[in-house]
Amino acid sequence: MKDNVKTGLIYGGGVLVGAVSGFFGGGGGMLCVPLLEAYGLDCKRAHATALLIILPICIVSASIYIANGYFEATAVLCSVIGVTLGAAAGALALDKLNGTAVAAIFAALMIAVGLKLTLS
Amino acid sequence: MTAQHVIIIASALGGLIGGMGMGGGTLLIPLLTLAAGLEQHLAQAINLIAFVPMSLVALFIHKKNGYVSFKKSVPIAAVALVGAVGGSFGAKYAGGRGLRIAFGVFLIALGVYQAVKTAVSAVKAHRAKKRAQAET
Repeated sequence: MKDNVKTGLIYGGGVLVGAVSGFFGGGGGMLCVPLLEAYGLDCKRAHATALLIILPICIVSASIYIANGYFEATAVLCSVIGVTLGAAAGALALDKLNGTAVAAIFAALMIAVGLKLTLS
Repeated sequence: MTAQHVIIIASALGGLIGGMGMGGGTLLIPLLTLAAGLEQHLAQAINLIAFVPMSLVALFIHKKNGYVSFKKSVPIAAVALVGAVGGSFGAKYAGGRGLRIAFGVFLIALGVYQAVKTAVSAVKAHRAKKRAQAET
C-alpha cells in the first residue's frame, strides 16, 4: 500500500475509533487493536497500546455525558464496584481457559445480544 | 433483590468478560439496559466511567511489561479525541431507542468480526500443528 494512503487510513481510523467510542459509549477498543496492528504493532503491543488511546477518549466522552446530564451517583458506584470485582476474577480466570472457546462464546453472545437489542 | 444488587451483578458479569480481554465494556452496556433496566445513555456513560479505573490498572501492568508504544499512540489518540467529542455530542441528539437499535447493529457487526477472526486463527493454528506433525 502507498504510504500516504496508509497514513490516511490510520488517521481516518483514529477518528472513527473516537467517534464510535463517544457515540456508543464503548467498543472503540475493538476497532483500535486492528488499526494499531495495521500501524505495525504486534498483537500484544496493539492490545496494550489501544488502552492508552481509549483512556483519554473515555475521560473526555464521560465528561461530556456527565455534563449532558447522564449520571446517577448510586448506579455509577454500584457498577464500578461490580466491574472491578468481575474484571479481577476474569483476569485471573483467563490463564485457565481455552482462548479460542472463550472468543467463540463471546462472538456468539455479542450477536445474540445485538439481535435482541435490534428486534426488541 | 434491589435495583442496586442487579446493577452490581450485571456489572460484575460485564467486568468478568472485560477482564478476559474480550472487547471491554461492549457487553456491559446491554447488561445494564436489558438486565438492570437502565436508560441507554446512562448505561453508556457508566461504561465510559467504569473503563477509566479498569484501564489504568491494566495500563500500569502492560507498561511494566514494556508492551505500550507511546510513539504510535500519540497521533491516533489526537485524532481519536476529535472523533470522541463529536460522537459524544451526537449521542445526546440520538434518541434512546434509536441509539439502542444502532448499538445492537454495532454489536452484531463486532460479533461477526470476532467470529471470523477466531475461526481464521483456529484454522491457521490447526494447519501449523499439522505441518509440524508432518515434518517430524
